Amino acid sequence: MTAAAVQVGEVDRATGLPELRRSDRRRGLLVVACLGVGLVGLAVVALSVGAVALSPGQVVEALVGGPGTEGRFVVTGLRLPRFALGAVVGAALGLAGALLQSVVRNPLASPDIVGLTGGASAAAVLAISLGATGRAVEGAALVGALGAAVAVFALSGRGVTGTRFVVVGVAVAFLAQGFLGYALTRASLTQAESAWFWLVGSVGTAAWADVGRVGGTVLAAGALLGLAHRPLGALALDDDTARAVGARPVGTRVGAITLSSALAAVAVAVAGPVAFVAFVSGPIARRLRGRGPALVTAPLVGAVVVVAADLAAQHLVPGSLSPPAGLVTGALGAPFLVWLLVRGEQKKELPA
Amino acid sequence: MLTSGTSRAGAPEQARPSGAHPAVGLVVLVATLVLAVALSLAVGARGTSPLTALTALLDPAALGGPTSPDVVVIRELRVPRTVIGLLVGASLGVAGVVMQGVTRNPVADPGLLGVNAGAAFAVVLGLSLLGVTSVLGLAGLALLGALAAAGLIAAVAASARAGSSPALLVVAGAAVTAGLTSLTTLVLLGDPAALDRYRFWTVGSLTGRALDDALALTPVLAVGALVAVALARALDALALGDDVARGLGFRLPRTRAAAMAAVVLLCGTATAMAGPLVFVGLVGAHGARALVGGAHARLLPVAAMLGATLVLLADALGRVVTPPGELEVGIVVAAAGAPLLVGLVRSRRVAL
Amino acid sequence: MTSPLLAAEGVTLGYGQRAVVHDVDLAVRPGALTVLVGANASGKSTLVRGLARLLHPSSGRITLDGTDLHRLPTRQVARTLGILPQHPVAPEGIAVADLVAHGRYPHRSFFRGHRSDDDEVVAAALEATDTAELAGRRVDELSGGQRQRVWVAMALAQQPQILLLDEPTSALDVAHQVEVLDVLRAEVRRGTTVVLVIHDLTLAARYADELVVMAGGRVVARGEPVVTLTEDVVHTAFGVRARLLEDPDTGRPVVLPRSAGDRE
Repeated sequence: MTAAAVQVGEVDRATGLPELRRSDRRRGLLVVACLGVGLVGLAVVALSVGAVALSPGQVVEALVGGPGTEGRFVVTGLRLPRFALGAVVGAALGLAGALLQSVVRNPLASPDIVGLTGGASAAAVLAISLGATGRAVEGAALVGALGAAVAVFALSGRGVTGTRFVVVGVAVAFLAQGFLGYALTRASLTQAESAWFWLVGSVGTAAWADVGRVGGTVLAAGALLGLAHRPLGALALDDDTARAVGARPVGTRVGAITLSSALAAVAVAVAGPVAFVAFVSGPIARRLRGRGPALVTAPLVGAVVVVAADLAAQHLVPGSLSPPAGLVTGALGAPFLVWLLVRGEQKKELPA
Repeated sequence: MLTSGTSRAGAPEQARPSGAHPAVGLVVLVATLVLAVALSLAVGARGTSPLTALTALLDPAALGGPTSPDVVVIRELRVPRTVIGLLVGASLGVAGVVMQGVTRNPVADPGLLGVNAGAAFAVVLGLSLLGVTSVLGLAGLALLGALAAAGLIAAVAASARAGSSPALLVVAGAAVTAGLTSLTTLVLLGDPAALDRYRFWTVGSLTGRALDDALALTPVLAVGALVAVALARALDALALGDDVARGLGFRLPRTRAAAMAAVVLLCGTATAMAGPLVFVGLVGAHGARALVGGAHARLLPVAAMLGATLVLLADALGRVVTPPGELEVGIVVAAAGAPLLVGLVRSRRVAL
Repeated sequence: MTSPLLAAEGVTLGYGQRAVVHDVDLAVRPGALTVLVGANASGKSTLVRGLARLLHPSSGRITLDGTDLHRLPTRQVARTLGILPQHPVAPEGIAVADLVAHGRYPHRSFFRGHRSDDDEVVAAALEATDTAELAGRRVDELSGGQRQRVWVAMALAQQPQILLLDEPTSALDVAHQVEVLDVLRAEVRRGTTVVLVIHDLTLAARYADELVVMAGGRVVARGEPVVTLTEDVVHTAFGVRARLLEDPDTGRPVVLPRSAGDRE
């Protein structure tokens, strides 16, 4: 008397499955469309609101008009790249998290928890405490994240089964945290402050090159995943069953984890470890999506979350202190996730 | 037919994962702990032999009276450090076992319940807004913060009608941790002086704490430990799954609430004493499981000993690796705990 | 020793909004072996979970000697009522004897822990399920059938007056199926009430004192197997044509399902 049995039991035998699939697809499209509209809405707000307030009409003029149009620099030089960076960083983190959670089959397997962002942070802060700035810090973060990923991989040994991967990841994360503490305590206070700022995660200093790099990685990853969606789906089964239906679970998982690490590393190097986005995007996407895969929805959720958080941080937090986006994702994202969980748990139809 | 009892009573003894006789393991464990205590008393910038340390404790006059340098160093500095290390390590080890038992998640670490984050937030508020500077004051705040965070998580878990499923506890814990960390960061970004103190508190340390302050908190630890021991059988049953545990007459909501209470008391107090030490709970629980199998009546004391040993050895090691300075115990625990944990996970006979 | 009367009174059970068992009345005959049969998803497991108070009825009530099960102290219910769920999880690395000993929990008090007569009960339960030689092995090293027998041993060690088992024989070979059912039969002779879910209709008819046939979340037939199990009932419950023969030794019905390709 399993969940599947109950559901199938209620589906009309002749028209059931196609109808089920159609309703799934409809819901998927609806969710994606809503998120897309939400993102566009956020873009309008992001481009028009600020110290120089612009009407949507002026924004459009600034976008399509040539150099010298009123507000051109504010829109295309400041606000648009910031919005774009928020969106691509959010998408990268959302995809990285959802991918890892699904192939490792553990909700704790997000880059924040298994040490990828930890590695990036430790390396970046170490670099800052040695006097590095700008590009050098980014480079260090990239190396740190990839180094952590390689370490988790190598140490998990053959098979890379779910729980073992997560435990090893947590070990690496704690190790990174130790390094981080060391670097923070050995740095000067000024360096510690700037390191602390980096650690929060921010999309405030946006350059188009950064947007291109992160966005390109997301697109490439998306294309790869599109090609591989069948074996990925099989990974949701246990390994024996996945093998039985003709998938190669270990190889697929290794590939997916590599991809997830690359996404997280690139995003974190540019924007810092924006708290929690990688962890929540998958669960939120799955909740919105109902049944069915969340890998298309999750990056959109991530993008919306980061852009909205950045906007909130810029305009809603009172006082002179304009906190980085990472603060808002943590401070608001966490209660939101908790609310989702509680609601989901109350509506749950079948025991887990 | 259930009356023809015969000679199978001793059978469980054969079932321990380690091949050696249990008594041998126990002796090794105790011996290692004693060695760790001896090292903790003897090792440091002023090296003394264990014999000298013993003499300083039992017969200070033989070393030239209570004012001789050896006696002062050992009695005033190293004894408090050792006692605090023992208490903190044992508490965290026990808390780790309880946490993993109640969540049925081998990745669960007490820190994940939001305990550390709650303590950290309270400490930062104290540093920044209230101007608290005394160690005892910060310890009290840490305990309050830990309690508040865990209370929040318990409320979340209880408000879900389906009852606090293990996965829900873990995710709620991670969410609350992220939210509180963001708030902590927000406060610290605006207050460099508080950041300066916080960065040293957060790496964890056994120094600078008076023995009296620590002993004042010991009753809290004792209560936590008692609750944990009383729960041993319930935790055994929880491992059989919710249905079987309820069939055996366990009231799961009550068990989970009591387990949360134990974890908070133990962890919150340990964090108050030594700052947020990661890893000890995780390594303690996994190590104990590898040594004595799954019965909690055996797991709890063994994890306590392992935790204490780990903290004391890490602290002693931290005193000598970077002369003339010291490495804080939290950093050493993280650096030493990671390979330990990875080794444990990889050596398990059953693939995780 | 007569065991108390376990009864469902107008019980509707389900998960969330989805009701799986609809308005069922069922008084479990004390001191008898009751077998629940029915197609997959007909509500057998859900009804058993409800009877074992693992699931709260959305309407109606489950009673034990007339008292609502959910009002009785948990520990008292656990001494009276044992449940073996369909897919129990064994903790990693636990030994067989330790697992079975968990069944003794409801009989221990906080201050009086493990006692020697507990050991005797555990040993007897192992003996009865032919798992005594496995006592020192780890549960996760056992075969599926061995594991299932160990879980039955745990349920026996609980020594409840009413024992509910959800498909305790599904992974067993024919010899061990008969063996486990014989053990349960013996329990019934000692006064225990046993309710179990099994899929093999012939075995069900062979062992049941009372057969309860479920379909679509309702009880469609119940009573002594010889009377209850008819070709029509099999068709109603399973949608399968079957021929029923009489077991020459016991007089119980033997069910021979007809495939669509068989000649009438």
